Amino acid sequence: MTASQPALPPATRSDDPRAHLPAIEPERTITDWGRSERLEGLIDRTLYSFLYHYWFRCEVEGIENVPATGGALLVSNHAGALPPDASMITKAIQEEHPRPRKLHLTVEHFFKGYPFFSMFVTKIGGVPAHPANVHRLLHDEQQLVLVFPEGAKATEKLYKDRYKLRRFGRGGFVEAAMRAGVPIVPIAVVGAEEAMPTFAQVGLLKRLTGLIYFPITPLFPHLGLLGAAYLPAKFKLRFLEPVRTDRMGAEPWEDKGLVQDVAGDIRARIQDELVDMVGRRRSVWFG
Amino acid sequence: MSGKRVLVTGLSSYWGGRLAQALERDPGVDVIVGVSPQDPTCELTRTEYVRVGTQHALLERIVRAAAIDTVIDTRMIVDSAAATPKAAHENNVVGTMNILAACGGPESPVRKVVFKSSAHYYGCERDDPAYFTEAMRRPHPPRTLLEKDIVEAERAVRAFAERNGDVTVTVLRFANGLGPDIATSHMALLSLPAIPSILGFDPRYQFIHEDDIAGVLEHAALDELPGAYNAAGDGVLALSEIASLLGKPLAPVLPPWGTGIAASALRRAGIRIPPELLQQLRYGRALDNRKLKAAGYAFRATSRETVQAFAEHLRTRGLRARDGEGYQYEREVEEFLRWSPAVRGDDRLRLGRLSRDQLAELARALESLPEARPVRLAPRGTESGSTLRTGSPSSSGGAADPEPAADP
Repeated sequence: MTASQPALPPATRSDDPRAHLPAIEPERTITDWGRSERLEGLIDRTLYSFLYHYWFRCEVEGIENVPATGGALLVSNHAGALPPDASMITKAIQEEHPRPRKLHLTVEHFFKGYPFFSMFVTKIGGVPAHPANVHRLLHDEQQLVLVFPEGAKATEKLYKDRYKLRRFGRGGFVEAAMRAGVPIVPIAVVGAEEAMPTFAQVGLLKRLTGLIYFPITPLFPHLGLLGAAYLPAKFKLRFLEPVRTDRMGAEPWEDKGLVQDVAGDIRARIQDELVDMVGRRRSVWFG
Repeated sequence: MSGKRVLVTGLSSYWGGRLAQALERDPGVDVIVGVSPQDPTCELTRTEYVRVGTQHALLERIVRAAAIDTVIDTRMIVDSAAATPKAAHENNVVGTMNILAACGGPESPVRKVVFKSSAHYYGCERDDPAYFTEAMRRPHPPRTLLEKDIVEAERAVRAFAERNGDVTVTVLRFANGLGPDIATSHMALLSLPAIPSILGFDPRYQFIHEDDIAGVLEHAALDELPGAYNAAGDGVLALSEIASLLGKPLAPVLPPWGTGIAASALRRAGIRIPPELLQQLRYGRALDNRKLKAAGYAFRATSRETVQAFAEHLRTRGLRARDGEGYQYEREVEEFLRWSPAVRGDDRLRLGRLSRDQLAELARALESLPEARPVRLAPRGTESGSTLRTGSPSSSGGAADPEPAADP
């Protein structure tokens, strides 16, 4: 007879979306985001290990600034035609952090349209940079997310502009962190600019090939697929002090001025660190 | 206190039939009327079936005459292989408008409309979010006729909800259904010896078990769920994962460019991949089902369990070769069983047969009535007792128990 009393609410109603996240099925090796433990593990043990330890000889400072629990938004400078910085940041957290955590990389939507690439990027932890995706990861699932606010503007910039940060979009990443109430961890990476420098962009070939850009690098396009190889630049990664976003008042993301200010501050901090790190560097190849 | 009076459209569909069966078991539902252009496909006891045209033009008269308060619309065609584009449009758009017209109006007895829609409402595009929530709109206009129809139908439902503030309108957007008893384009693909895919893509997929489809519809029918709700099993699988759960290889027979042309070539070879499915094979799609969970629905199967159950079904399909034909509707037989005075006891399809527990509850309720009422207790008590005896003679011993309690 309960059915004829429509006002009766069921017992299990709860409004917190986190209470209703799907349970993890331990038999699975692919996550709901499409990330494959097997492929990721394989790449991590082989390619990433080699690049991290022997090719780029990464040096890491301030790893303790990455929180051991809860969501956090990692923000870094970005460089290289095929940017190696994301994978080295991932590997640095795996290698140096006392509590290694998975990192989700936000990637541009156009990756989803490229055959093989879309598959590969998703399986090694790439997530399309949709605000809803970032919010779910940061707030609901309490994960680490890495963004490059410069976006493609950074990867297509030329060698002569190295270590000059591009514009930080419209501060969307700050808004995302504010909404999720998670800290922002700025990261400064030195080395990626020299690992695959771009000397020129060829607009005509870009249009003909349908690629997002067509760079001329030391090895590409004249060496064909070998052009995807990196030069052995010395890598230095510096994780900076987190910026808390949960103490900025109620709904700080509505204040566009504040959002821009925070984004500008973070950009300036990364830029200052880069200047400092490049200034101390004696050799591009040996650090 | 009177119970619900429910009208189910699309009674002949699998979901309509399952829903009617579930409602029949609910004593809080007084009347179940099922309408459909085709005969029902499952056995029903107290549901009354009315055959209507595909446009559902005369539905208003049925609704008024039977004083229907809840309309559950399970009639949408969400698979373009199931009907010609014209028939689908007629059913999905024209049919929806007529049904909404039948439910609206100043004197309409309808207080609740449940509309079965599909995740095709969101489409499948490159710049989709990883999970669609109910508040999101599709980022691009619909690509296929089917999606266009679904979007148009939902727009009509939304407009209806805005005009009729006192009617609870529920829209349920279902992910791809899977189960042994339903037939969809997806299941046809998954039943092939190798699963066709687009070269270089491994899309994310979600499924909902057929039991959950029926369960969600029932939940929406009996509970109050205003607004739109996504219905999909927990967990999102990669197509490669689905293939390995089914124990089959992936066959990347579709090229990443010129996919549509290759698909039409495949169609000539007998493998039919509808256009809305091609988009899914490329970009995949997932729904955020947490709003429905927060509204109190507990899914019985995750996406993975759904695929596993389907794999089991595929493996044993040959062994369970038809032991006896399926149910066949025959109007004369149904009417005889329902209404003929010659039918007795268990064979009779009784309305509102009471169980032992319900009778005990009734007895307690009668007991708690104010003093003035017991005068009417005796004839009432015998009446319900006699109903029960004709209903189930075998349990008359059990029925005798609550009676002494009823007239102390």
